[in-house]
Amino acid sequence: MRTRQSAVKAAVEKHGKERKNLLPILQEVKRSKNYLSRSDISDVAAEMNLSSAYVYGVASFYHFLDLEERGQNIIWICKTISCYMKGSKDILLALEEALKIKVGETTSDGKFTLLQTNCIGWCHKGPAMLINDQPFTDLTTEKVLNIIEEYYQKS
Amino acid sequence: MTVKMINLTIDGKKIGVPEGTTLLEAAKLEKVKIPTLCYHDDLCIAGNCRVCVVEVEGWRVLPAACATPAMEGMVVYTNSPLVRRARRDILALLVSEHSTQCTTCYRSTNCELQELAAEYNIDNEIYINLIKDKHFTIDRTSWAIEKDETKCIRCQRCVRTCAELQKVNALDVIHKGANMKIATFFDTVMSEVVCTNCGQCINRCPTGALTERRYIDEIWDALGDPEKHVIVQTAPAVRVALGEVLGFEPGVRVTGKMATALKHLGFDSVLDTDFAADLTIMEEGHELLDRLKRKLVDKEDVSLPLMTSCSPGWIKFIEHMYPDHLGHLSTCKSPQQMFGAIAKTYYAERKGLDPKNIVNVSVMPCSAKKYEANRIEMNDSGFQDVDLVCTTRELGHMIRQSGVDFKEIPEAKFDPFMGDSTGAAVIFGATGGVMEAALRTAYEVVTGREVPFDGLNITPVRGMDGIREAKVKLENVLPEWSFLEGVELRVAIAHGLTNATQIMDDVAIGNSPYHFIEIMACPGGCIGGGGQPIPTNAEIRRKRAEAIYTEDEKMVIRKSHQNPEVIQLYKEFLGKPLGEKSHHLLHTKYVRRERV
Amino acid sequence: MAKRKLKRVDLIFSQDCSCKDILTAALKKSREEIIQELIDSGLKGRGGAGFPTGLKWKMAAAEKGNRKYVICNADEGEPGTFKDREILDRVALKVLGGMALCAYVIDAREGYIYLRYEYRFLIPKLEKMIETFHKWMDEFDLDFRVKLFIGGGAYVCGEETSLIESMEGKRGEPRNKPPYPTNQGYLGKPTVVNNVETLVYTMMIMRIGAEEFKAMGIEGSSGSKLFSVSGDTHKAGIYEIEMGMTLEDFVKEFGDGDTKAVQVGGASGFCVPRKRFKETTIGFQGGLKGFSLPTGGSMMIFNSSRSMYNVLHNYLEFFEEESCGQCTPCRVGCQQLLKGIEAIKRGEKSHRYLNDLMRLSETMKLTAKCGLGQSVANSFASIVENFREEMIY
Repeated sequence: MRTRQSAVKAAVEKHGKERKNLLPILQEVKRSKNYLSRSDISDVAAEMNLSSAYVYGVASFYHFLDLEERGQNIIWICKTISCYMKGSKDILLALEEALKIKVGETTSDGKFTLLQTNCIGWCHKGPAMLINDQPFTDLTTEKVLNIIEEYYQKS
Repeated sequence: MTVKMINLTIDGKKIGVPEGTTLLEAAKLEKVKIPTLCYHDDLCIAGNCRVCVVEVEGWRVLPAACATPAMEGMVVYTNSPLVRRARRDILALLVSEHSTQCTTCYRSTNCELQELAAEYNIDNEIYINLIKDKHFTIDRTSWAIEKDETKCIRCQRCVRTCAELQKVNALDVIHKGANMKIATFFDTVMSEVVCTNCGQCINRCPTGALTERRYIDEIWDALGDPEKHVIVQTAPAVRVALGEVLGFEPGVRVTGKMATALKHLGFDSVLDTDFAADLTIMEEGHELLDRLKRKLVDKEDVSLPLMTSCSPGWIKFIEHMYPDHLGHLSTCKSPQQMFGAIAKTYYAERKGLDPKNIVNVSVMPCSAKKYEANRIEMNDSGFQDVDLVCTTRELGHMIRQSGVDFKEIPEAKFDPFMGDSTGAAVIFGATGGVMEAALRTAYEVVTGREVPFDGLNITPVRGMDGIREAKVKLENVLPEWSFLEGVELRVAIAHGLTNATQIMDDVAIGNSPYHFIEIMACPGGCIGGGGQPIPTNAEIRRKRAEAIYTEDEKMVIRKSHQNPEVIQLYKEFLGKPLGEKSHHLLHTKYVRRERV
Repeated sequence: MAKRKLKRVDLIFSQDCSCKDILTAALKKSREEIIQELIDSGLKGRGGAGFPTGLKWKMAAAEKGNRKYVICNADEGEPGTFKDREILDRVALKVLGGMALCAYVIDAREGYIYLRYEYRFLIPKLEKMIETFHKWMDEFDLDFRVKLFIGGGAYVCGEETSLIESMEGKRGEPRNKPPYPTNQGYLGKPTVVNNVETLVYTMMIMRIGAEEFKAMGIEGSSGSKLFSVSGDTHKAGIYEIEMGMTLEDFVKEFGDGDTKAVQVGGASGFCVPRKRFKETTIGFQGGLKGFSLPTGGSMMIFNSSRSMYNVLHNYLEFFEEESCGQCTPCRVGCQQLLKGIEAIKRGEKSHRYLNDLMRLSETMKLTAKCGLGQSVANSFASIVENFREEMIY
């Protein structure tokens, strides 16, 4: 038997094996490396006595339970009309250029993944984005580059 | 307790129905058929296709009849202009997401979407074809099941089947919105997942999205090859269901017509899996007695209860789900595989044939048998023991292709030499049948007397309850079985893998009170197998089971150990049950598998 | 037609009252009294569906059994809505107070705040508030505890049965109704799911009384409401306004002088063109003609430089992605509407195809399993009807 990842075991132990805890468990497992791998899912399933296909089906339903490899920091740019009207497209282009990646991709140094998402609830201060959990609003192409630079220094 | 009655009006008619009745059921009581797609008698309510919408006076929306309970004073219209328009739209939407190449579809003329689309005269051109832009695949990796995403309508019947009836959950719903689809774990190919090949999903798929992998062409090729000696064996459950795909009502026995048709198709020898079922009983019955002896007399640590191994869906299930408990399985191969191994050895020898020229074809009520025949363990004759497996449905196709007028052809018998069988073998086709056959033989071996049940009918093991149990007290046993004197033999039967899980969970913790357990993967046993005619429901399965027991009653010999050809086989070839040759040809081992 | 002048209100964010005092006074009342007060106030759910809050509590209170749940729906996902985030950020204790009231009324011991993933940054603050709140509960001798449950990112989970499914470890797919959550909700137990803002208003009604609350607003839409204003405006932000204002007044206050249309209620709401501002009142009843539904209070303002085709396209992309996918009308319907307007724009389909799509949206409204699929038609029909040329050319 494969040794189960300790992250999975710890998460299941912390929240409990009942199915109702599946989302918190998946969120916790995801946090250790920013995405859920094949074996994460099957390990969670085995620990919780659920089928792997079921857990995969649940995980794939939720936008923020990433099932593909991600960078250290995930940038989510709001793509809803209100942010679009305030120029979110320019922010996106600026980021693509600065990070030298397209939407959906991860930088080669593994520091950033660039993604889009639906309304994040900052329509009055668009364009807005999340980096991991942190919202950034009233973005300009200049501002966004500074933010990236800060994260770059931090990581 | 009195049930509260609900009064409502359906299509202008006032009726009363018990509280809890859905609008779909209420309409059915009034002989009004509301079209459905995601609804299935065997499954929980999903309410997701929305084809069964109806109009209710005063309601803002059209509710789904399958998911809406009748309420006091409701005024329901099942066929108003609004309802018809909505249904047409919904069907047109489904068609826009569906491969409409019906002319080449295996399920053509047996497809619920096709039927409704025709009924509502759906215009295929209204909406934009969505298939083109999607990366749909057809998965043909499994020996048993083909999964064609271009034909899936997302009704989730397969998902519910796999979860509710079988507790396998190989298929589930993934992603959401436009990308939502039915898939395995990480969309892995069917051959690499926990799928047991039971085919219950096929039986409930309304379209051609899930079908058995077909071997019709390969069989025709073999039949057309003069070098080949093509043998066909047919399982007991086929003869009580084949009629359904050839114009008969459920429950009609077509054993004789089937034999005639098979001869017409050109098989060199038309034989009976029932022969091997009797052989299975000889081996498995003795295996049970042997384990009891080793446990009770020799105090060996043998696995009890003994569990049957005839159902390849069940075998793969236990290999995935309970890999630590494979020791409980009988080492006996299934009748199909025993037949194959004997046909390429004993039969070949007696007929003076080179086994490499023998093609073993089997007609099975099952999709998992296709997988079983291709397991690497199944080559004990020196060749692949069984070459090609087709389902009851495929045989129906072949018979239609051959031009035989099935309704009118006369009846024939199976060919001699591995064509003989007993009533005990026939009942293998229904849940509880293996147990009953085994008891008829084991009891007689131990006591020298027939089982103490009226007319050999061991009724406690029959029926359609998910789990059944029975006890048989062994008294006045023959001297060589004295250690069994006074022992109360406890047996249990389960069908459908969800029920099997209940039994197995007790076995796994060493808490099972039984000596012998029969498990069949499919609801109703083989008569409800994944290769049987579509549709299926409890009523249809009951009729097929009844036909099985009628077939048994009509047999002259009804105990496996009295099958003359089996007796002859042991005398001429195998020696004795559990002997060396048996061990080599008729027994097998199992594989631990992962649960992904 | 009843209407009100646009009048700003300051209840939700006002700091001139102590939650603890409100609770102290309210918990002296009987359950029945509280329910009656809420019913009298005419408070309707502020999350979207507009179900009478008092009635919801009454239904859950009538259920037998020892386990019931109060869930605060903070899965604010409607495009253009951001008021729940602001409430939780600034006056979380009022929300928790509303939950305590509900727990007292229906006899629940456990409560959850279902917080959307995008608001994770609020977690530390909320946890602190919950800690304070629990101390209060001990002081009040009320056996009630609240936990945070973080969503996974799915708009449809704002629908209460999807939200519950998601909390049970499943895909957030809406359930068949009945049974309703007040009867069989979380883990099969009676459950009240209330929007963040609704819960605050229950507290406010305890403070000012049903009478005063009802004095605000119009028949069928009493009280005030938070509006999230965004788009082409110089005053983007959150405003608490009395129900019943006309859109004309609203645009006069918030528009940039060149307002062409207002999308009331987000992607699932209605688009009102300039020519209808006068006759449109913001309240609960009706649809396109006259009254319109505030849903979560999202007000997106578009000026004449905006292409309404782009707006609709953005909404449809949103729905195509956020539909749970289980029911046919919504899953396939959203794809067809989106592909359909694209095909018309490209000239691959005739403009008459818009009529087919209008009919399709009507079918979706009638037959989709939940509010998401049913409401796609709102924006679709109102935009296509009023800006048909923009769809074609």
